[in-house]
Amino acid sequence: MATLIEAQAASGASAATLRPQNRRNVRETLARYRWLLFLMLPGIIYFLLFRFWPMYGAQIAFRDYIPFLGIEGSPWVGWEHFETFFTNPDFPRLLRNTLILAALSLFIAFPLTIVMALLLNELRLNILKRTVQTLVYVPHFLSWTVVVSLTGLLFAIGNGPLWTLLNDVMGTETNFLADPAWFRPLIVLQDVWKNTGWGTIIFLAALAGVDQEQYEAAIIDGAGRWQRVWHITLPSIRSTIIVLLILQTGQILNTGFEQIYLMSNALNRTVADVFDTYVYFVGIQQGSYSYATAVGLAKAIVGVILIFGTNWLAKRFNQQGIF
Amino acid sequence: MARVKYRFNTPAGKVFDAVNVTVLIAVGTIAILPFLYVLAGSFATEYELTTRPFFLWPNEFTTDAYASILSSSVFVRAFITTIAVTGVGTAIQLVLTALMAYPLSKIDLPGRRTIMSLVVFTMVFSAGLIPTFLVVKQLGLLDTYWALILPAAINPFSLIIIKNFFQELPKELEESAKIDGANELRILRSVVMPLSKPVLATFALFYAVGIWNDYMSPLIYLSDTSKWTLQMFLRQVTAASSLTGEDLGNELPPPAQGIKFAVVMVATIPVLLAYPFLQKHFAKGMLIGSVKG
Repeated sequence: MATLIEAQAASGASAATLRPQNRRNVRETLARYRWLLFLMLPGIIYFLLFRFWPMYGAQIAFRDYIPFLGIEGSPWVGWEHFETFFTNPDFPRLLRNTLILAALSLFIAFPLTIVMALLLNELRLNILKRTVQTLVYVPHFLSWTVVVSLTGLLFAIGNGPLWTLLNDVMGTETNFLADPAWFRPLIVLQDVWKNTGWGTIIFLAALAGVDQEQYEAAIIDGAGRWQRVWHITLPSIRSTIIVLLILQTGQILNTGFEQIYLMSNALNRTVADVFDTYVYFVGIQQGSYSYATAVGLAKAIVGVILIFGTNWLAKRFNQQGIF
Repeated sequence: MARVKYRFNTPAGKVFDAVNVTVLIAVGTIAILPFLYVLAGSFATEYELTTRPFFLWPNEFTTDAYASILSSSVFVRAFITTIAVTGVGTAIQLVLTALMAYPLSKIDLPGRRTIMSLVVFTMVFSAGLIPTFLVVKQLGLLDTYWALILPAAINPFSLIIIKNFFQELPKELEESAKIDGANELRILRSVVMPLSKPVLATFALFYAVGIWNDYMSPLIYLSDTSKWTLQMFLRQVTAASSLTGEDLGNELPPPAQGIKFAVVMVATIPVLLAYPFLQKHFAKGMLIGSVKG
């Protein structure tokens, strides 16, 4: 019975009970929501421990962290690590490598995903459509270790199928895996192979929601196939494209640690080093915790600015943003 | 169905459809061709692997590479470890996510908006690799399997999608349970969970694939090589220029090329076995509840 009254009180929801004004109301609210708050406790602890505590610890970017002295005990050094990083001769190279990879992903992988979604959408033979979808989603579930190992086997010197094929066509003896000129093409190739198919899901879902009568009306008005794609299909996925663009812009400096780390070797370092791998090398391997944290923090802050900036731009041009 | 007819009946339309079908069949083939090659290669002899650049059917079958892997104590340990970590980790991650998603799906929960904003904030901004590493170190989790499970226990995206799904469940069911005297724990267990099975199954599989495929966490958190997971073993085998029997904990050295093919297969097959179950739900699971709210 008490529960019933509680339920009625909750659904009746006088604003006062939700906005407790004194201690008694706080107690009442806690009592009413005790089970829900209890259920949420492990999750809250998780976020505090593994998401927010590191944010507190990130202050070592402004200190000279000495494990023995602890975070609070280590001396403040202000912006020193940031200055070291931005004046480091490695900095322009890291920035360049990171931005080139991001641009390749944005201008090659992203449009290819849209094109592929459009092609799949034009496929009327349902069984074929489903078969192709089933096949192209598979690589998404393979680990980067597997993808990089596959690449290693396909481009193995002397007997790899793609090594043989490409060298025959070009009349060369290139070792693709070690040649810095081939690093970026291979990264893009892996990225496209692994993620293009998967990326089509969200567009296909948006396309499935398009009112078919629009197409019929367009056909009656004499619109050809391209006109229908241009005037009906593309506008209907415009908001999806914009949301994904905003999200991707925020990710520009995140190159994906595993892929780059696994693909880099002593011979292609000049083009392979990016911020993510740099943080790992100087932080985890060399133990310069404070400096590596500063690099990571600079990267994260630029990411936040980019995501809000693109969102603001999208809204300015009368598109729906994500916030 | 009339629509289908006039889509196909112009000559240009027919040409486009033919090209489209061809292109997409090619794309679908390319998606799995490398895999089929490695499958064939894993059963081929060393001689065939070094002399034939491409084949989908070996001339001569051998299971030497698999025999070498299965008798490797290093592999067997890594494989069992990875299965155990994936199983336990998936259960923990899913339970934590669902338990947090449920209260957040209640619109009148006090503090709900604040918590949601903080969750979204962690999606946009993360402190980065080193501060997280130091937390894991401080908690004494370095070189333990917990380091592969706990730091990524709740994926904010999954949390929000599951929350939105719970939110869209019909309220009447919960209210009638409440009138019957059930508390929130009971409602979650007997009403919400059974209704959410497909969604929870989807995210369980996503979590499982995430742990199984994870390379970065063991790389960073496990320095003890005897604790290495399957992905670490895979990397060690395929990146090595030559492997001795000792690397695998075997007496005999493995087939130099074949072992690389076989180990890729062994690391992939469990994911492929899970794929049909994944595929049944993921498109729906990903999009269900992705409505803003």
